[in-house]
Amino acid sequence: MSKTTEYEAVIGLEIHVQLATKTKMFCSCANVFGEEPNTLTCPVCLGLPGALPVVNARAIEYGLMMGMALECELAEHSIFHRKNYFYPDSPKAYQISQYDMPLCSGGRLGDVRLHRIHLEEDAAKLVHVGASGRIHGSDSSVVDFNRCGTPLAEIVTEPDLHSAEQARDWLTLLRVTLRQIGVSDVNMEEGSLRCDANVSVRPKGSSKLGTKTELKNMNSFRFLMQGINAEVARQTELKLAGKRVSQETLHFDPATGSLSPLRSKEEAHDYRYFPEPDLVAVAPTEGMLAAARAGLPELPAARSERYERDWSLPLDTARLFAFRPELGDYFEQAATAATEADPRVVANWLKDDLAARLGADADPAASNVTPQALAKLAGLVQARAVSSSAARQVLDRLVEAGGDPEAIIEGEGLGAMGDGDELAAVVARVIESHTAIAEQIRSGNDKAVGALIGPVMRETKGRADGGEVRKLILAQLGQA
Amino acid sequence: MTGVLDLTAAEAAARIRSGELDREALWSAYHERALSDRLHALSWVSDELNAPPVEDEAPLAGVPVAVKDLFCTNGIPSQAGSKILEGYKPPYTATVVERLISAGAPLLAKTHQDEFAMGSSTENCAFGPTLNPWDTGRVPGGSSGGSAAAVAAGLAPWAIGTDTGGSIRQPAALCGIVGLKPTYGAVSRYGMIAFASSLDQAGPFTRDVTDSALLLSAMVGKDPCDSTSLGLPEPVLLPSAADLRGIRLGVPEELTGEGIEPGVLKAFEATLALAEELGASVKRTRLPHAPHALAAYYLIAPAEASSNLARYDGVRYGLREPAENLTELYTRTRSAGFGAEVKRRVMLGTYALSSGYYDAYYGRAQKVRTKIAEDFDRAWGEFDFIVSPTSPGVAFELGAKTDDPWAMYLNDYCTVPVSLAGLPAISIPNGLSDGLPTGFQMAGPAFSENRILDAAHALEGAIGFDGSKARQ
Amino acid sequence: MLTREQVLHVARLARLELTDEELERMGEELSGVLDHIEKIGELELDDVAPTSHVVALENALRADEPRPSLARDLVLAEAPDPTETGFRVPSPGAGS
Ligand SMILES: [Mg+2]
Ligand SMILES: [Zn+2]
Repeated sequence: MSKTTEYEAVIGLEIHVQLATKTKMFCSCANVFGEEPNTLTCPVCLGLPGALPVVNARAIEYGLMMGMALECELAEHSIFHRKNYFYPDSPKAYQISQYDMPLCSGGRLGDVRLHRIHLEEDAAKLVHVGASGRIHGSDSSVVDFNRCGTPLAEIVTEPDLHSAEQARDWLTLLRVTLRQIGVSDVNMEEGSLRCDANVSVRPKGSSKLGTKTELKNMNSFRFLMQGINAEVARQTELKLAGKRVSQETLHFDPATGSLSPLRSKEEAHDYRYFPEPDLVAVAPTEGMLAAARAGLPELPAARSERYERDWSLPLDTARLFAFRPELGDYFEQAATAATEADPRVVANWLKDDLAARLGADADPAASNVTPQALAKLAGLVQARAVSSSAARQVLDRLVEAGGDPEAIIEGEGLGAMGDGDELAAVVARVIESHTAIAEQIRSGNDKAVGALIGPVMRETKGRADGGEVRKLILAQLGQA
Repeated sequence: MTGVLDLTAAEAAARIRSGELDREALWSAYHERALSDRLHALSWVSDELNAPPVEDEAPLAGVPVAVKDLFCTNGIPSQAGSKILEGYKPPYTATVVERLISAGAPLLAKTHQDEFAMGSSTENCAFGPTLNPWDTGRVPGGSSGGSAAAVAAGLAPWAIGTDTGGSIRQPAALCGIVGLKPTYGAVSRYGMIAFASSLDQAGPFTRDVTDSALLLSAMVGKDPCDSTSLGLPEPVLLPSAADLRGIRLGVPEELTGEGIEPGVLKAFEATLALAEELGASVKRTRLPHAPHALAAYYLIAPAEASSNLARYDGVRYGLREPAENLTELYTRTRSAGFGAEVKRRVMLGTYALSSGYYDAYYGRAQKVRTKIAEDFDRAWGEFDFIVSPTSPGVAFELGAKTDDPWAMYLNDYCTVPVSLAGLPAISIPNGLSDGLPTGFQMAGPAFSENRILDAAHALEGAIGFDGSKARQ
Repeated sequence: MLTREQVLHVARLARLELTDEELERMGEELSGVLDHIEKIGELELDDVAPTSHVVALENALRADEPRPSLARDLVLAEAPDPTETGFRVPSPGAGS
């Protein structure tokens, strides 16, 4: 609908990431997914009387690593607060979270500014079981506390996004980055990555923000886009109809793809935050910061730059290898092994030929083709020891059974023929068997040459070099 | 066998070690006493007829201990005096109780208390009030009234309780025994059912100062399960001082003026004179913000409590009322399970934290807390200890103050400032007023437990209080 | 003096259900206590830092090393309405 173009969407994301620590945020229960219900609990994560929380050092380290990777300002003095609310998924009836003194403030990733990153604990899982019979057959649920207390990092962006696509792309970038830092599995299906969106619309060009709504439960990239698109459309409709958008939390229904207001209990908005008296402040020491820094791998942006600088790869190739570390790692080994091959040639053989043969997200390191083999093959092509088309056949063999390119070329007789008599003879034979086309060429129609190259290549099983064949045909037909 | 019951815990321990006393005999004597509790001081008594085993070199030598209901004890009812936890058996034991048991003090009994330690009389106990052994028509004080009454009456050689605003010192004073509240962080809070987390601290109830030091020495220590625990910088030593030479006592006007019963004040002044005879210098001073301590305390403690008690929701343990939906589950369970005082404080604390009121109440109270701590810091430049009566009055009659919350809260008037500053303080028996015990409170800088115990030991000798009447 | 509405709101926040008399009484008692408490309003506290904790301690952290969790039967032993595997509660939104 063209009229919506008068409005632009303003979108901010709130991402919850489960940290891949060995234990929970405030107790020593194992932090693992998919165990039998209520088998990973203790007095602390069950909220038993008298139990006390103790902060997981690794969770703080991961928080600092995220802060460094996302260019945040790291707090010198950070504290935890209690966020009070009654719900069966919250055993203490408060969540230990951070309020006005988060571990990380500000920051950016790509062209999106971050507002903050804070640490908190995950809630338990409620499983609906329907009528129980116990309480007058009313509906009931069962609480599983295994997930309760899992370390969470909550990442809040500034409202710098303007479309569902942009949101998806940025979230993908965040996911790759976090996965490379190694602080989380960032798996949306398993819930280790959860994304809420704050959406508002405003007239294009206006700088003031409209009333925003909060979208929840969009637990896949597709749902995230569906939800945002639906809400932007809804709000735009309202504005166009001269109606006001009311601030509310909307629940996304994956089944219908529609959004419905969450039943808002009037007191839900009064969390009565206050400093958690059972914990002391976190004040990152030089040692803690150094450890976090040491834990940080090279991040996509830096890696992409390095590929452009050190291996003079074109931007898009450099990016591809930077954001798909498995390709990047393989490329670096191959390019280093390649003595006669130009890294750019190696890069092309990797991304165009090998990757294509292995399929979408396959890791080439897991294939039969060693980086050394790919490098050697690229070198042979560059040295014209084998034609590109023959080299592709060699690559097929490598993918099937691995091995050494040279050996395969030997064994299958795929070596280039150069301009020797053997090739001249094949050309002569082909010209004889295609008199009509030969005539056209004699009478100056160069385009017809192609029609003869094919048969020659077929006879030579692709060992001949296309350019060489062309020269020979033209020469033998007196067109050189 | 009554001879055994007249021994202090330290004496009993010494005789067991020297072989003069049989550990079994001590256990069965106290076990019998505990079973014949007529003060309703005990909420649970061990069913062990024989003394539980104890390590040979254990410092507490097998002298049994009673602990307040709110300390979690594995498989043993730990109810914090509340109906909402009636019969609740935890799957784990509080760190401090484990320390006592491994130090050689087997668990003899658990003691009644005000519900969730909210009270100064033990009348807020869901299982009935505890009586004062000096006059069974009167309260033992609270919230640790059961522990205080049990030790005073000789139902146990010694006991532990918790002190948030005075819950060890005030009942110790009203029952004529020694009660010590350590520096905040000296003793682990892990497994102690929380009232106000930033104030709660466990401490010993004993017949004399030497027992207090001995029991404390086994309680203190850093605990990896309590982020706020520090332990003590040096080991607790048995006190030996017989005089107070060179000791400077500060007597704050704010805690020794109006509001203190004449009889209590008289006993206090008499002890100040004794202190001077022992060589101490006694000087009047000021704690300008002390009069505001009660107000700050009754915002901070209820605020933390409102959050600490939110977990009692009928889902995982404790009482649960039938309900059609979640809201009913919560409101019915909590309304049926909590007593009047707990509801009052949960309401007060919830209000103090609720949006729009935080700054005016909770936030402001935290600033008052800062000023009170500064008052004490200033005092330490001039004095070794700040002394005052422990409680403004002696044990009052059952029911006398139950209808007037603030009148009840005033019991903590002298103890609360020390609590807000997180400082250590002891209450020692300070003679009788109208036949009822009064207490002498001595507070010192953080981690000055050893010096407090030494000075208290010297004073105790001079006062020569006789508590045997309560053990008849 | 707290209004009846304020008391009701706070009770709702605290998940307490008060009878009319209790509500009445609670309002009076809280107001009485607040009269005393509000005296701290007279103090000059503008540039005073709040104290939420007296412990001078930072970074009380725990190594990320798993310890055995509780056995499930023990975990469910005190549950008022247990199932085979967990804690039963009325479904959110049920019966209301
Ligand atoms: Mg959150
Ligand atoms: Zn746990």
